[in-house]
Amino acid sequence: MNIFAAVAEWFLDPSQWSGPAGIPARLAEHLGYAALTLLIAAAVALPVGLYVGHTGKGRIAVVSVASALRALPTLGLLTLFVIVMGLGLMPPIWALVILTIPPLLAGAYSGIAAVDRTLVDAARAMGMTEWQVLAKVELPNALPVLLGGVRAAVLQVIATVAVVAYINLGGLGRFLIDGLAVSDPVRMFGGAILIALLALVVDGLLAVAQKYAVSPGLADRRHRQRRETPTVGAVQGGI
Amino acid sequence: MKNLFPVRRSIMTAAAASAVALALSACGAGSNPLEEDTSGPAASSGAAGQLVVGSANFPESQIVGELYAGALNAAGIQASTKPGIGSREVYLKAVEEGSVDVVPDYSGNLLLAVDPEAKAASADEIKDALPAALPQGLAVLEPAPAESKDAMVVTKATAEKYKLTSIEDMGPVCKDLALGANPEFAEREYGLKGLKENYGCEPKSFEPINDGGGPATLQALITDKIQVADIYTTTPSIEDNGLVVLEDPKNNFIAQQVLPLVSSDSVGKEAADVLNQLSAALTTEDLVDLNRQVSGDEKRNAKDAAADWLKEKGFAE
Repeated sequence: MNIFAAVAEWFLDPSQWSGPAGIPARLAEHLGYAALTLLIAAAVALPVGLYVGHTGKGRIAVVSVASALRALPTLGLLTLFVIVMGLGLMPPIWALVILTIPPLLAGAYSGIAAVDRTLVDAARAMGMTEWQVLAKVELPNALPVLLGGVRAAVLQVIATVAVVAYINLGGLGRFLIDGLAVSDPVRMFGGAILIALLALVVDGLLAVAQKYAVSPGLADRRHRQRRETPTVGAVQGGI
Repeated sequence: MKNLFPVRRSIMTAAAASAVALALSACGAGSNPLEEDTSGPAASSGAAGQLVVGSANFPESQIVGELYAGALNAAGIQASTKPGIGSREVYLKAVEEGSVDVVPDYSGNLLLAVDPEAKAASADEIKDALPAALPQGLAVLEPAPAESKDAMVVTKATAEKYKLTSIEDMGPVCKDLALGANPEFAEREYGLKGLKENYGCEPKSFEPINDGGGPATLQALITDKIQVADIYTTTPSIEDNGLVVLEDPKNNFIAQQVLPLVSSDSVGKEAADVLNQLSAALTTEDLVDLNRQVSGDEKRNAKDAAADWLKEKGFAE
């Protein structure tokens, strides 16, 4: 039997769709880990990114730290954290948080930094406080880039959460790691398809959300800014 | 990045360097992928009268390969090594083709590889079953007392608390114990199924930890997150942490004695005698010790570690 037929059969087997090791349960676990990771990472990265973007302070530090974090291998970190902190939910989640911070930080920072300075100056001249400048002028204008960072982060997390199955956690990664352990390519293939589909679906939903969250008036400005401030693209690419 | 001052660049370089260092240190533990191929091209030629000792792609196999080659050379039989050939499928083929003459192997797994239906479990049953099961042209020599196989391991505290010396003792208290092992343990014959059938043991929970009884498993065991772990008998961490290996009277984990798999055409009586003498002297403790030198912090070359052992046991000078 060829592998595609075998994988199709695997998906059609009703026992795959129920119980604690079934696809729905693994899917829920996968999304749960991803959501927890994103919440923690956003709580760290967004305030820092907004602060750096708004004040311009610590730009170099943020760029270098974010690049360095991105260079860390998640599986290596996971093993390290498990050895240091023991088995449990949080050690692998921290490893994933470190993976997730860079794109969020880059999106928040470069989104704010790319806002037309004349807009910001105008807002200040109108008597807005710094908070008002950030919340009412910079943030709405930065939203397209910021949400782009969020999308990149979500995509990475969903694809990488599979590594938590290296230890005693669940998620769709169980299909990959258990399948590999018993040399069952069909199960691995099935797991890989599920993770890829999940990533595509979630990214599609976010793309729609992004479209509606961004003020329609910004569409034009975005294009103009991209042309006028090539450094933004360079920074994003660099991070 | 045009406005980066040299000072700042050096900070970034330092950050990047430390990240790389971390990344490198994160992957060390098991094998050394940069292990030198000490054989050179001459080894593969298999010149007449010269034996080629191969080994599988993990450190313990390479150590035993060096032991075999060292003992043969000391006895005046020219032998070279060809370390890290690959998995069993690969080196079985290499011996059949004659590009390799001797490879260290493990009796139980070798038997299952050549006869997946085999039911032999004890050391003697496997030893008896092997010769007939091997394909034409392959033979095995005498197995060593040294065994490298999965074992149920507990901490001293757990062993005392439940009075455990064998897996049989564990049966009645299994429901209170969490078991950690590689994921395949959940599905293989010797795994949860075997424990239940042979010993009536159904653990409280099964915690898959995919590091082959490595540091994460050890840490979980020592911190009592799991109470029983599947760790290889030749792993130095068992001795280093005073862990207790539970006996397996029903051979749930089939015997895995270290033995030379040879090409029956090229390995003569003289060479076989040398290897049999060596096997007779090789114990599990010796393997633990050699593994510690090669895979532990010391990171010794397998050849040097093997040479010391051969000297100590009187096989070489």
